[in-house]
Amino acid sequence: MSINIAELTVGQDIGSRSIAVTRADLVKYAGASGDFNPIHWNEAFASGVGLPGVIAHGMFTMGAAVQLVTDWAGDPAAVVDFQTRFTKPVPVADTTGTPDAGAVIEVRGAVGALDADAGTARIDLTVAAAGQKVLVKAQALVRLA
Amino acid sequence: MTINPDLQGRSYPAAEVYDVGREKIREFARAVQATHPAHFDVTAARALGHRDLVAPPTFAIIVAQRADAQLIEDPASGIDFSRVVHADQRFSHHRPIVAGDRLVAELHVDGVRAMGGGAMITTRSEIFALAPGDATDAAGAREPVATTTSSILVRGEGQ
Repeated sequence: MSINIAELTVGQDIGSRSIAVTRADLVKYAGASGDFNPIHWNEAFASGVGLPGVIAHGMFTMGAAVQLVTDWAGDPAAVVDFQTRFTKPVPVADTTGTPDAGAVIEVRGAVGALDADAGTARIDLTVAAAGQKVLVKAQALVRLA
Repeated sequence: MTINPDLQGRSYPAAEVYDVGREKIREFARAVQATHPAHFDVTAARALGHRDLVAPPTFAIIVAQRADAQLIEDPASGIDFSRVVHADQRFSHHRPIVAGDRLVAELHVDGVRAMGGGAMITTRSEIFALAPGDATDAAGAREPVATTTSSILVRGEGQ
């Protein structure tokens, strides 16, 4: 582990990342996770249950957002606790056959708290799409020692 | 449709075993756009001190949602899956999940709260690894791996 907890300060930025999402990405996540709810791949079904269209799996957004923390920590196993609330759906437009993304998720991370005795840092993630926060209280606890 | 309030406090014992494979870890990692070598390259994972490929931090959702399915698909629960919205999620890892793990999950229904015409349901999966070579989920041979907590909102009519 290359990060020294003594050198971190609360509020410190750990970086940012843009995640481009397409309908194909949602199909891929559905297959990988086993979550085949049609609201994540069928427009008519999603609209029929009152959604703005096909939306990303909340767990796709959560799982993709944490990569910022994993890469910063240097070891995926350092993330010992990770939680979030899902506040807004992420609609993903159908851009099949074009190079365009159907949605872009913006992730930014900052040190939210430090516990030197436990050797942990809490990273708070700000996760937004189309200018709206889609995750709230997205917090990853990272073991550094 | 009404959510059965008696669900609160209900538990579902560990059912089928989930075998964590290397290709599944790679597939899930690619699906969440993870690029860390410890998800893909056994040598890189071992260099960090892990027994085998390390699963991404949200991989346990596969096992947890299989456990949740027991509740959602239980006709007695009154849950309409098409009206389910994921409200919150938490993973507490007691140790990393690595390829070769054989996992089981115990499901607990911790909360059922009426909300409008719908309900908020909080479930917890206690995920354990079986000892190598153990084909059963016999208590005592299990190592705690992760605790996942999930709240789902089942929207009522007009919500």
